[in-house]
Amino acid sequence: MGYLGGFKVTFMKLFEERVTTEYPKEKRPKPSRFHGRHVLNRYEDGMEKCIGCELCAGVCPARCIYVRGADNSESDPVSPGERYGYVYEINYLRCIHCDLCVEACPTEAITESKLFEFSFANRSDAIYTKNELVVGDDGLPQRQPWELWHEGDDLATSGWMRATASAGNPDYENRVGWSGELGYGTRDPELGQHDSASDEKPETLAHEHDQLEDVD
Amino acid sequence: MTGDPLFIDGVDLVDIGIMAAKVLVAFTFLLVATMFMVWFERKLISDMQNRIGPNVAGPWGLLQTFADGVKFFFKEDLRPENADPLVFRLAPYIAAVTAFLSFAVVPIGGSFGSGSSGTVTIFGRETYLQVADPPIGILLLLAMSSIAVYGVMLAGWASGSKYPLIGSVRASAQAISYEAALGMATVVVVILAGTLSTHGIVAAQAGGITRWFVLSSGVVPFIVFLIAATAELNRPPFDLVEAEQELVGGFHTEYSSIRFALFFLAEFMNVITMSAIMVTLFFGGPAGPILFGMTWFWPTVWFLLKVLAFLFVFVWFRATLPRLRYDQLMHLGWKLLIPLILFWLMFISLKELRAANDWNWIATYGAAFIALAIGTALLLAGLRAGDRAFQDELEEA
Repeated sequence: MGYLGGFKVTFMKLFEERVTTEYPKEKRPKPSRFHGRHVLNRYEDGMEKCIGCELCAGVCPARCIYVRGADNSESDPVSPGERYGYVYEINYLRCIHCDLCVEACPTEAITESKLFEFSFANRSDAIYTKNELVVGDDGLPQRQPWELWHEGDDLATSGWMRATASAGNPDYENRVGWSGELGYGTRDPELGQHDSASDEKPETLAHEHDQLEDVD
Repeated sequence: MTGDPLFIDGVDLVDIGIMAAKVLVAFTFLLVATMFMVWFERKLISDMQNRIGPNVAGPWGLLQTFADGVKFFFKEDLRPENADPLVFRLAPYIAAVTAFLSFAVVPIGGSFGSGSSGTVTIFGRETYLQVADPPIGILLLLAMSSIAVYGVMLAGWASGSKYPLIGSVRASAQAISYEAALGMATVVVVILAGTLSTHGIVAAQAGGITRWFVLSSGVVPFIVFLIAATAELNRPPFDLVEAEQELVGGFHTEYSSIRFALFFLAEFMNVITMSAIMVTLFFGGPAGPILFGMTWFWPTVWFLLKVLAFLFVFVWFRATLPRLRYDQLMHLGWKLLIPLILFWLMFISLKELRAANDWNWIATYGAAFIALAIGTALLLAGLRAGDRAFQDELEEA
């Protein structure tokens, strides 16, 4: 076709399916390791996992995390160790959701949920404090009034953590290297980032991934 | 207006009323058509790019342009400090007015051929379905497309800013280069029709598809006209005038609010007008079968369908072809289109002359062939010398 071949290509496009997702009207399913807003996890006995080490704040490229640790009181400890996160704030006007804080955390205290549709009307709402970040007594993230939630967004908040063996090997080696979570216990591994791995998702998620969610 | 039977037996109030109505209808039609042309282009180009395009304002996004227009009206009208106040304000009107004026001579309906001469009867008066039919119709079109360059040129110059200036310099150079090819392609049609009046040109094409000038002129003038028209309109792939990647917005970079809207309007209006001109010159204007009843109705439908086909082609060009480099643009215009249409023009003139004067077949075409061969050889030699000089220049640099 030479010079005119391009005209055929563009003309045939008229009859092809559109790739556009009309976002606010229809929403695509999110990948299981989606980087949304953070949660601060707790152990199965309700203790907080954060030990106030500030590694997350140190690694954060956007400088959006502020942590101040404090000593646990012997009679009423907040976390199992010596120290706990006394102040924990994330500024979501700065956060780029790179997940480096999740990688840096030695106790798997901070992970990311799939929530990303939130719009705040003022700056103080943009700064999530520990009260807002820490998971509730059911182990699920706490819903803020300005957040838009969809089914399954608040589940599987630590997928990435459970996809990589503690040795850093992307192939999961059948040895659980993470601690239990409040409300879930010790969760099953995600099957890793290897090409041949096919993740088996929990029942609720499998349903969600099968179909587009229509909120219209 | 001289050709119009409306004015043959003096002018009275009814004639003036009909005239005013025609102007009003043409004006409104063009404005509304422009509005939908913008929508059509955006929708079609998104279809060609697997997208959806505007679909929120009105059904299928039909009111998108209207919404944009309303928005433009309420935007602040900025004028750069270095701008020339008068010329800066004048330029958009030159662009818009010339765009309107060219449409006046296009016949948009009326049944031609088989006894009828393309007239319709309104209030008992015979008249053409075109605003005006001056005996120099085609010249008016060429003049308007030349004056429209002033709009672009002055806009760029008066903005007092470098990118608009570069854009407008490109625009004038491009328009001058391609106007030659455009003009000569038009002259081919004029020779075949034997008249400059647009009504006369359409009348000369009456009587079947084979009489349309696209075929009887041998397709080449039409292709040259189409390419040159695309360049005249500054549409992709010849949109160097407003090459966003290089010149921000080109000549209208410094324009905002309703003045920008006027340029935008003029641009899309010119696309419609140019399509209408191509239909008039090469595709028999409103010619087409009258299916049942209403002889005044069907020609207009055919005319609109043909124009729509060309609008589609222009959007198709935009979706398909990447923008030319500036030297490629000049190369195509000067070294390919102009020689080609020049030869074709001479060939057509010769053919007409031979038919008129009953010259000998072999002698005529033999002489033509020899002249053509010499001309081609000279031209090729010239082009090669030019290329060599260019290469030498490159090596020295």
